[in-house]
Amino acid sequence: MVAAVTLSACGGGGDSGASDTVRVTLVNHVWTENIRQALPEFEKATGLKVEVTQLGEDQLSDQYNVKLNAGSRDIDVMMYRPLQEGQLFAKNKYLADLTDRAKESADFGLDDFQASPLGATTYEDKVVGIPIITEQQVLYYRKDLLEKSGFSAPPQTLDELKTQAAKIKADNPGVAGFVSRTGKAAAVTQFSSFLFSFGGDFVDDSGKAAVNTDAAKQAYAYYGELLREHGPANISTDMSWSEAMAIFTQGQAAFYTEANSLYKNATDPAKSKVSESVGFAPFPAGPAGSKPYNIPSWALAVNEASENQSNAWKFIEWAAGKEQTLEQQKAGVPGARASVWENPEGIATYPQDMADAITVSLANGVGHDRPVVERVAQAREIVGQPIVDAITGKDAAASADAANEGFQKFLDDEAR
Amino acid sequence: MPAVTAPEKAPRGASVMPDTPGWARWANDHRKWLFAAPAMVFVAALIIFPLAWTAYLSLTDSAGSVRADSEFIGFRNYVEVLTDTDRFWPAVGRTAAFTGAALFFEVVLGMAIALLLWRPFRGEKWVRVAILLPLVATPVAVGMMWRLIFDPNIGLANQALSWVGIGPQPWLAGQHTALPTTIFIDIWQWTPMVVLILLAGLTSLSDEPQEAAMIDGASAWQRFRHVTLPLLMPTVIVAVLLRGIDALKTFDILYATKGRGGGSFHEVETLNVYAYGLSFDYNEYGLSSTVLILFFLIIIGSMWALTARRKGAGR
Repeated sequence: MVAAVTLSACGGGGDSGASDTVRVTLVNHVWTENIRQALPEFEKATGLKVEVTQLGEDQLSDQYNVKLNAGSRDIDVMMYRPLQEGQLFAKNKYLADLTDRAKESADFGLDDFQASPLGATTYEDKVVGIPIITEQQVLYYRKDLLEKSGFSAPPQTLDELKTQAAKIKADNPGVAGFVSRTGKAAAVTQFSSFLFSFGGDFVDDSGKAAVNTDAAKQAYAYYGELLREHGPANISTDMSWSEAMAIFTQGQAAFYTEANSLYKNATDPAKSKVSESVGFAPFPAGPAGSKPYNIPSWALAVNEASENQSNAWKFIEWAAGKEQTLEQQKAGVPGARASVWENPEGIATYPQDMADAITVSLANGVGHDRPVVERVAQAREIVGQPIVDAITGKDAAASADAANEGFQKFLDDEAR
Repeated sequence: MPAVTAPEKAPRGASVMPDTPGWARWANDHRKWLFAAPAMVFVAALIIFPLAWTAYLSLTDSAGSVRADSEFIGFRNYVEVLTDTDRFWPAVGRTAAFTGAALFFEVVLGMAIALLLWRPFRGEKWVRVAILLPLVATPVAVGMMWRLIFDPNIGLANQALSWVGIGPQPWLAGQHTALPTTIFIDIWQWTPMVVLILLAGLTSLSDEPQEAAMIDGASAWQRFRHVTLPLLMPTVIVAVLLRGIDALKTFDILYATKGRGGGSFHEVETLNVYAYGLSFDYNEYGLSSTVLILFFLIIIGSMWALTARRKGAGR
């Protein structure tokens, strides 16, 4: 007890409490399932023991909030969302500087990482996280329903998407033409590709709020109308990916826009009733072309307060290393290393249409899917309000004006 | 040991033998403090310290990380919160509506069920067990269960309505139906507790006033209204007090059914859910503490009002 108090008084981290047990906190994800299976290999090679805590996204966030705030040392490696919590965590000095370790490691090859994902895990020129999963938005669709309604190909444009969704809904009672996330904060990331493809963004080049531009207003109205007119009956405004994915995989919707990293949920017969008939297409083009997001969704970092940082790095070196990233890529989890995309083996296991869709996303992708700010949760609620207002049939343009005002105030506040 | 069995009123140190060591004498003199000390340390560490810390945080602009530097800003947070008509006051309204409606139905239904169970009947045991079942279920599990039942597309509730020809309802998904639906869930879960308390009160009533009223020719309603209810009033107030404080603080059912922020339109955002969002979503620890302190004062206030009523009724 006394020893513990003295230690905590010393503060900081490092290797003062080096231990053979590495405590790793991971989120529920296909990536995590794969890494857990490969763990014995790592434990055998290094003689270390890995203790995994696995949580859902929200619970993970809460856990970090409590533990990192308290300066807890019982997390060594943490899986986190660079675009959601990255800035806040780095500013609060929760994330250890990995620059030297990553550069010095011979096999790791920091320069193998794509620039945009690595940029998202770099704070004030220091590498504070290693991106492990990237995501691009694609269009999930039902081949059988398209065929039945006489469409030979998935929609190329957002206009075609609306036409096809309407026809399929009319042809199949009880089946929605389109489904996607509807929750105020949850929908923002999936709405972003619509916003970009209409030619908008959350902020303009000068850093001012831009969610009430004509492009943004059109995007809000389009997204809301698509769900209101052609979505599931009695649509809830609380849906995140799990609810929307459930509607799609239960066979109750024809189109679904979502991150490609979740595609196994739709193609795995154990989880999906439509595994045989699901197809993938590039995000349909809007007035500004097809501009889906292409972002690093998850990264690994070392807790600054951990006293076991060397061993924590060993875990990251392995889990985000070339070999494991390729294994993950083959298992359907898109990686952030250039080498796995160049390697023919890396995309050989993807459904062909998914691989094609990803290629388009990688070429035109936008590097963020939510406002790039420090207090992301709050920003998402502000820019997400017009989405739910549009879905429920309120005046989307007026709501966008109000949101823009609120968002500008938020940005001013954050700049102070 | 004579020291321990010494009569309470004995003068200090009088019963201790002159050759006992100093600490034993001291311990004997202060034994009421000594025995209570563990409990007092416990209360101080787990109740007073967090409360004082929250009160302190509410006067600072702490945000982002509680370990980051924060400034003492006096009552600025209180001004901000109390003038916030966007989130705070609607949350106060929802808290009041949720508590008021849930409490009203729970007490009325609880009273009715308790009266039914009051007199012995066949299969009484089974009925009692069945009625108490919701009480022992975990609130989060209850929330998840009702969320499935109330799903607008595949839920059992709309399925059942369709059998009697009523169209599907949005339930938890609707902007205006979400709060009433969560109130319903709360009533479902907590009426049994009220039944339990009232039944205990009823069983302890003596039969004589009832018999006297019956001989005087009072009808069943008159006996309930003028005999049973006044006699039972102190118990009713206990039930209202216990259940009311609990209902004010409801979090689990609301969070399990609608998630963060109480839904996209904050449909079920009560003060508790709001404070949770402020600290866990927004990392605004100063503001969140302010809301919690205000909430604490509201609870203390309503408790005080009810206890005053109870003393009045007991007289």
